[in-house]
Amino acid sequence: MTGHRLPSGGRIDRARPLSFRFAGRRYQGFAGDTLASALIANDALLVGRSFKYHRPRGIYAAGAEEPNALVQLGAGAYSEPNARATQVELYDGLTADAVNAWPSLEWDLGALTGLVSGLFVAGFYYKTFMWPRAFWNRVYEPAIRRMAGLGKAPREADPDLYDKVHVHADVLVAGSGPAGLAAALAAARAGADVLIADEQAELGGSLLAARGTLDAWLRATLDELRGMPNVRLLPRTTVFGYYDHNYLCLLERRTDHLGPAAPAGLSRQRLWHVRARQVVLATGAHERPLVFAGNDRPGVMLAGAVSTYINRYAAVPGKRAVVFANNDGAYRTALDLAEAGAQVLAVVDPRESSPGDLPAQVRARGIEILNGQAVAAATGGKRLEAVSIGPLGGGAARGVACDLLAVSGGWSPVVHLFSQSQGKLRWDEAKSCFVPGTAAQAQRSVGAANGTFALGAALAEGLNAGAEAAKDVGFGGWRAPEPPIVDDPKEAPPHPLWQVPGAEGRGKSFVDFQNDVTASDLRLAAREGFESVEHLKRYTTTGMATDQGKTSNVNALAILSDATGRAIPATGTTTFRAPYTPVTYGAMAGRDRGDRLDPIRVTPIHSWHVARGAAFEDVGQWKRPWYYPQGGEDMHAAVRREAKAVRTSLGVLDASTLGKIDVRGPDAAEFLDRVYTNGFRKLGVGRCRYGLMCRDDGMVFDDGVTTRLADDHFFMTTTTGGAARVLEWLEEWLQTEWPHMKVYLTSVTEQWATVSFAGPRAGDVLRELAPAVAVDEESFPFLSMREGVVAGLLARIFRISFTGEPSYEVNVPSHHGLALWEAVMAAGEKHGITPYGTEAMHVLRAEKGFIIVGQETDGTVTPLDLGMDWIVSKQKDFLGKRSFARPDTSRADRKQLVGLLPADPAEVLPEGAQLVWDAAESPVRMVGHVTSSYWSPNLGRGFALALVKGGRDHHGKTILAPLAGKTVAARIVAPNFLDEGGKPLHG
Amino acid sequence: MQRFSIVSLARNALTGHKDWPRYWRSPKPKAAYDAVIVGGGGHGLATAYYLAKEHGVRNVAVLEKGWLGGGNTGRNTTIVRSNYLWDESAHLYEHSLKLFEGLSQDLNYNVMPSQRGVLNLAHNLGDVREGIRRVNANRLNGVDAEWLTPAQVKAFCPIVSISPSMRYPVMGATLQRRAGVARHDAVAWGFARAADALGVDIIQNCEVMGFDIRQGRVHGLRTTQGEIATTKVGIVAAGHNSVLCDMAGVRLPIQSHPLQALVSEPIKPIHPCVVMSNAVHVYVSQSDKGELVMGAGIDSFNSYAQRGSFPVIEHQMAAVLELFPIFSRLRMMRTWGGIVDVCPDASPIIGRLPVEGLYLNGGWGTGGFKATPGSGHVFAHTIAQEAPHPLAAPFAFERFTSGALIDEHGAAAVAH
Ligand SMILES: Cc1cc2nc3c(=O)[nH]c(=O)nc-3n(C[C@H](O)[C@H](O)[C@H](O)COP(=O)(O)OP(=O)(O)OC[C@H]3O[C@@H](n4cnc5c(N)ncnc54)[C@H](O)[C@@H]3O)c2cc1C
Repeated sequence: MTGHRLPSGGRIDRARPLSFRFAGRRYQGFAGDTLASALIANDALLVGRSFKYHRPRGIYAAGAEEPNALVQLGAGAYSEPNARATQVELYDGLTADAVNAWPSLEWDLGALTGLVSGLFVAGFYYKTFMWPRAFWNRVYEPAIRRMAGLGKAPREADPDLYDKVHVHADVLVAGSGPAGLAAALAAARAGADVLIADEQAELGGSLLAARGTLDAWLRATLDELRGMPNVRLLPRTTVFGYYDHNYLCLLERRTDHLGPAAPAGLSRQRLWHVRARQVVLATGAHERPLVFAGNDRPGVMLAGAVSTYINRYAAVPGKRAVVFANNDGAYRTALDLAEAGAQVLAVVDPRESSPGDLPAQVRARGIEILNGQAVAAATGGKRLEAVSIGPLGGGAARGVACDLLAVSGGWSPVVHLFSQSQGKLRWDEAKSCFVPGTAAQAQRSVGAANGTFALGAALAEGLNAGAEAAKDVGFGGWRAPEPPIVDDPKEAPPHPLWQVPGAEGRGKSFVDFQNDVTASDLRLAAREGFESVEHLKRYTTTGMATDQGKTSNVNALAILSDATGRAIPATGTTTFRAPYTPVTYGAMAGRDRGDRLDPIRVTPIHSWHVARGAAFEDVGQWKRPWYYPQGGEDMHAAVRREAKAVRTSLGVLDASTLGKIDVRGPDAAEFLDRVYTNGFRKLGVGRCRYGLMCRDDGMVFDDGVTTRLADDHFFMTTTTGGAARVLEWLEEWLQTEWPHMKVYLTSVTEQWATVSFAGPRAGDVLRELAPAVAVDEESFPFLSMREGVVAGLLARIFRISFTGEPSYEVNVPSHHGLALWEAVMAAGEKHGITPYGTEAMHVLRAEKGFIIVGQETDGTVTPLDLGMDWIVSKQKDFLGKRSFARPDTSRADRKQLVGLLPADPAEVLPEGAQLVWDAAESPVRMVGHVTSSYWSPNLGRGFALALVKGGRDHHGKTILAPLAGKTVAARIVAPNFLDEGGKPLHG
Repeated sequence: MQRFSIVSLARNALTGHKDWPRYWRSPKPKAAYDAVIVGGGGHGLATAYYLAKEHGVRNVAVLEKGWLGGGNTGRNTTIVRSNYLWDESAHLYEHSLKLFEGLSQDLNYNVMPSQRGVLNLAHNLGDVREGIRRVNANRLNGVDAEWLTPAQVKAFCPIVSISPSMRYPVMGATLQRRAGVARHDAVAWGFARAADALGVDIIQNCEVMGFDIRQGRVHGLRTTQGEIATTKVGIVAAGHNSVLCDMAGVRLPIQSHPLQALVSEPIKPIHPCVVMSNAVHVYVSQSDKGELVMGAGIDSFNSYAQRGSFPVIEHQMAAVLELFPIFSRLRMMRTWGGIVDVCPDASPIIGRLPVEGLYLNGGWGTGGFKATPGSGHVFAHTIAQEAPHPLAAPFAFERFTSGALIDEHGAAAVAH
């Protein structure tokens, strides 16, 4: 036993013991513990295996920067891979396992790769596995992939809920250490609306891990902030992304710390979208490892983390300790260790002398300080056993047996968010770290995040920044509160030591622990020409693991700068990209799952369709009745019945989904003239016209019927799926190209319900339902609109047809849609009225050769290709017109719309079949494809529409559709299959 | 060039890997070159390689304003496939896929192709029609393609949901088995190393600032490392093609947009293939490091900044969880963006520009990684022979005046 729990002290609640399991063993911890601190208190430091060499790894840090202690948390549907034990709050009954170890953490077969690790240097896989070629797919690649990955994805869907919050704040403070709290306090006292977020369960940051300092101030400040109505405190909330315009994203963990005891119905995590007028970044600093042989042995830990475990969790990671540091701060850890009863064997300090206050205190306790020396190697297997200490310049080394080595290579400000906000970093030579330089957004960095490491100075900086931020948003006239009195010890400057000289030959010296990247890997990369930091990262994978290089980036950069003989700032920095720490997928998706992935749009008549057992088709966001099966009918039987009914008697279709745009203004007619291929200026009031729209390249874009309601008022319809696209297109032209035109567009798709009844009996139904409307040919001709009362409802009645049958489309305000539908059903009953869906509608329109945009067209088809020259004005200009003059667009042998009749009338060609003249040709020339194909009950055979190269010149010829397994022959005919009287046109 | 092999690896292991040579030199630009390629991405490097290898044009420089491969080449989601609809595209991308299949051996560098199969899911009747049409066209064009029913989709990729209660249920999918992913950086480095070995000067941190154009002919370029004389310039600058062409007085019908991608934390292998969905709009694969790699559509605003907006990521997360509900507790580890140059017809431009000696290979938009070897191959031919390679001819700049567009929008599912 080496690691253990102190009998008193720390912030854990000894009255609330919790039991948990890790790697199959039972342990006990206390409320207030993290999984990592509880494991340390149980002397279970070994927590995982490394990615490449499967080396045993122990807990290394105490927070978000932890590279090693990744665990598989929980089981079944609640399981979570790669949780960082240093950030997992302990709860009763917690279970966790090591990742990347098989069959067990103690005996891991993957560790055998360590035997040939001499081959596994950076980028080795690019240099081999190429012969024999066939082995790559079958042997090498599968083997490489089997080695990949850390934890496992759950196999079941996530039972948890996730939420989102959108808020504004005057001042957002990221980080609740002394500097952040001070900033929040100053801003809040001035009256600003303040949001302060911290990733930890308890606010206080570094104060929580410091002995005694400022306990009273922390308590008082938190009490004051909690009592202020203009302050929101968000513990367990990570600010993970800083985007343009002071827009930041936060992830709040609401139930993770409760485990199975979480109340049902409470969302697990919440994603906050914050728009802050001012931001204060008080995100602290991460300690840097030192790079020497075996620096990854379990028992080597960051000095600050050792102090945190002792002071905050009363967990002491070792009994016999050595401290190895190049700065004064880490001497605190020697004092903390000594205070906790551990034996501190030495402080190894590569600096020639350490004159500061803290070293003096260490010396006063009788702890040996070895100046000018370094740890060149650490040895041990699953636990550190000894370190080898020697003079920096070379010379005799001595071994010291120990179970804990606390290391500190200095501190790196957490500049991630600053950098994400596009701020430029600056290398501070004196402090050996990157600090925020030129800011790009309304933010201030304070405290350790700004390179201001001393407590008193950090507090003052925080108070100032908070007051200034408040002033910038209009809460001036306040002076920053006085900082509490802190006696910052006098410190000597740190001396950078990026890699212990001479260590290289003594074993692997790790820089990126999680990805197993060593200093020699980095030097090899530099030697091979990967001199840019980004190249280095990619070639060696340094900084690319789940910790995103929080402990390794600066060391890697420094080693690269050494290897390439450039100064550090000239070598570069890496770009910090969101997220700061990984973010749960579920939280980003929020509630936009299942039916809320995309809004479901239904018509006012939907409930009727559902009650009649309609099958639905998704058209854009709409649910449209596809067909209405009766008594065990399959789709084909239903569609035959429906299509037959329309031609022989009466059918009714819910056409409410058609896009509808109200076009109004003195220039409305001129505008329509410009966007449609045909003219609308001369259209009489009360008349309807079918129109085609093209994009500027001359390709068909949408179609629909537009009706003139008044001189300056039109009612446009679009395809169901195209409505939004058309409105955007029209607005773009109005707003960017023709801003002088007085035209106003309003989407009214959802304001009107449309019931379309068609068939020989359609007129009878209208006569019955609208006795006041003259329905005769003369007074209500084809392609006109009348306003009148239908079934007691004020309505617009359009006499238009998409089936070729007499038909009326009646529009009523949406909330009357169902009433109208039911009235039409009742009136039509004696005629055997048949509701029909989109499939029958498609058959009917195809029999008449009417196109569907998106089916007969695919963005490469002009109106002329469709044989619709009649709708293309020769006189006026319109969007797309000029493109018709382009040589390729005016070619005679473009693909043109034709009809197809399969040689075997029973055959229904598959839509999407390719068409060729000569199937034996190789390579075979494809000259077209089938765009629509159906069985027609009215023709008694299969038929199709197709686009065929020069098709109009080939009527009567036979073309072939080579399908998997067979080739189908079909005769090319004009794309219209029924004459005016409803008789088949092509015998 | 020192050949890479298991033998050379073992030999170097004995000497502590101290003797590996540089992948490429770091030369200063010469005063003049026979040809200069602007843009050290995959396409530019491949162009230089094939110029040197197949056309004997070795006095070539590749000018890269940053570090080679740092543009879209090093930022894409690495999907490689050739199941495009139109003959012109299918032939070009298939040419590239074939080159990919032998690329590791040709370059003596393992680019880690993973032919794990690409599924393009269909979620509505329009998708189904489009998918079947494409499968038929692919087969007749000699490109492997299959149409799968939802049950077959599930068999091929057991973790994808085919539940009928999805917002947009899976109605089928196209499958190209030879398609998959490859290692993007390795493609750039492999081409760079091989081109360097053939004498090509790869000059990094060298930004082209302008052209020397007289009497409608290019005579050289101005760069941050000085002036360089040449009579042939190939512009291969992806998101910045429009900026460079503007310097030469040529206006391109191209819009530059940010396109984002992201990876999860590494997890043990779980995803056997590549799944792409247009209607639910996301695509996902798993890398050989275990990360789930995913992306979706462009950010719709124009930008030259290599970053996008977070809501675009939120949308694609909702989409991915619809298809893969078991991914919900995984975590997004890293996001980034590139700048893609999108043509109106979603097809590239390969060929000469209206300035003599000036050539463009661009407009690859969201889907050019897969074309890297093929694009370089046909572009090198076009520059060296001063006449378009037959596969490149349909993609000439003139198509925007002739109207002979190759519109892969309507048909090509997600364009990656
Ligand atoms: C997020 C994302 C995902 C993608 N996913 C896929 C996918 O799955 N499959 C697929 O096939 N494609 C995909 N793509 C597209 C693909 O990445 C690109 O089409 C392809 O990489 C373009 O290659 P390139 O060599 O032309 O471009 P780049 O690699 O961008 O190279 C252009 C180079 O030009 C340089 N340059 C620019 N201006 C200058 C100047 N003035 N002087 C000198 N140099 C200059 C740039 O620095 C850059 O290095 C994706 C793209 C992105 C951004």
